[in-house]
Amino acid sequence: MFRLFGYFIEIIRGILITARHFIVNMVFHILNLFGIKTKRKGAFTIQYPEQKTEIAERHRSLHRLMKREDGKPRCVACMLCETVCPSECIYIEATEDPDPEIQKYPSTFIIDLSRCCFCGFCVEACPEDAIRMDTGEVEFAQYNRKDMVLDLESLLNEPK
Amino acid sequence: MIDVLIILVKFVGAIVWFLVLSLYLTWAERKESAVMQDRVGANRANFFGIRVLGLFQPFADAIKMMTKEDFTPEFSKKFLHNLAPFLSFFFVAVTIATIPFGSPIQISGKEIPLQVVDLNVGILFVLAFLALSIYGVILSGWVSNNRWTLLGGLRGSAQLISYEVALGLSLIGIVMVFPSLQFSEIVGFQSEVLFGWLPKWGIFLQPLGFIIFLMAAMAESERVPFDLPEGESEIVGFFTEYGGLKYGLYMFTDFMKVLIISCLLTTLFFGGYHVPWLSAEGFHFPWGGEWLLPYWLVVVFQVIMFNLKVFFFCWLQILVRWTYPRFRYDQLMDFGWKFLIPLSLFNIAATAFFMSL
Ligand code: SF4
Ligand code: SF4
Repeated sequence: MFRLFGYFIEIIRGILITARHFIVNMVFHILNLFGIKTKRKGAFTIQYPEQKTEIAERHRSLHRLMKREDGKPRCVACMLCETVCPSECIYIEATEDPDPEIQKYPSTFIIDLSRCCFCGFCVEACPEDAIRMDTGEVEFAQYNRKDMVLDLESLLNEPK
Repeated sequence: MIDVLIILVKFVGAIVWFLVLSLYLTWAERKESAVMQDRVGANRANFFGIRVLGLFQPFADAIKMMTKEDFTPEFSKKFLHNLAPFLSFFFVAVTIATIPFGSPIQISGKEIPLQVVDLNVGILFVLAFLALSIYGVILSGWVSNNRWTLLGGLRGSAQLISYEVALGLSLIGIVMVFPSLQFSEIVGFQSEVLFGWLPKWGIFLQPLGFIIFLMAAMAESERVPFDLPEGESEIVGFFTEYGGLKYGLYMFTDFMKVLIISCLLTTLFFGGYHVPWLSAEGFHFPWGGEWLLPYWLVVVFQVIMFNLKVFFFCWLQILVRWTYPRFRYDQLMDFGWKFLIPLSLFNIAATAFFMSL
């Protein structure tokens, strides 16, 4: 019986907390409805498509491949990113580069975004700083899977 | 003939009030739960770009339900399967007929009570029909021919047995202090005042009875702290095999139950349509002031007051639904049999003791 009593106290405390949240938020909602600006809003909701948050500086978004000064990919096809990728979504085919300083470059570089888990390991692994995930592009949903597969051309020309 | 017509008009009015409010209760529930949780809630449903706080959401829901496939599984009993949701819906919907909305009005010398039918066994009628609505649950659980729905239906009936007793017993106290089973008379008794200032409402005479009735009635509505027949996280519930509009009807019946329970709480424990210190001539404040009103304005005040009280209890029930986790099954039965029923028996004894003083 005594334990039951404590239970009821807690039950009532619980409903007082939620009721407090309701009443406080409702006051702010009503103030805002009548155009009175308050520092606190009634809700933390961000109305997404119309209203967007700042993307954090060290975010990870859509990949891009960096270019050298002459426009060729900075990537040397070392396959480190392909090896480290936990989702196995990078596919690289290497070709010989005439420049002996570079030796190799990718003739094919495919990232399958539908499998990518955005872990950023590829960026960490790259010795040439050739792949980055800093485009700030986060809305790339597509209607079919083929459109989620990015090739060398599109990766090189991602907008920054 | 004219009497039948009056009853028909009143019934249509009451049913429309009931259904529209239940429909908007879905909206209220969404919004209230959102505000409680620091969110905004459904606000996207619009009509040519006009959003008005998502007030069109219930219609969007209804259209969605209607356009979904109305699926009847091959292995179910077709006729009963179709009948079950309507059974639940019907038994809850008719209970609104007994609730008084305001003082009687006079139209061309005829006295019309704002109540569809004034049964002399109003309380028993409502309790009986609310209990009958569980047949829809049991039936759907049984005819769907699915283990989970059967479990849901059985749970529904077991829950009903453990709560219905407490529900009835908690009302005996009310029937003792306001000696009638007729809603209009019970409300009439509550228009008086105690000690010259306190309205003689059921809650002040029967605080314990009120608490028991509140808990038992919420169990009756089968919403979250007591939602064992549905139990979405474990057995999905008695309506597993329903889709489309028939599923929607079950959901809708839940909200109608919330509303009818709010009406009952208002009528039995919070003075029904009575505004404190308002009599047929106007306000007589206990501190001596007076504010005389024409009779029609008194009735308008009463109807508004009734609605406000009902809204308050809807608010409270939604608050409870979004605050507490679910009871375990045995806890629920224990709570009904070992706690609520002894408590309501004690309430009856205590009431009898005080009345004999
Ligand atoms: S972010 Fe992770 S999963 Fe995506 S391509 Fe890079 S390594 Fe693979
Ligand atoms: S790790 Fe860098 S250099 Fe190596 S293949 Fe990947 S992108 Fe190219």
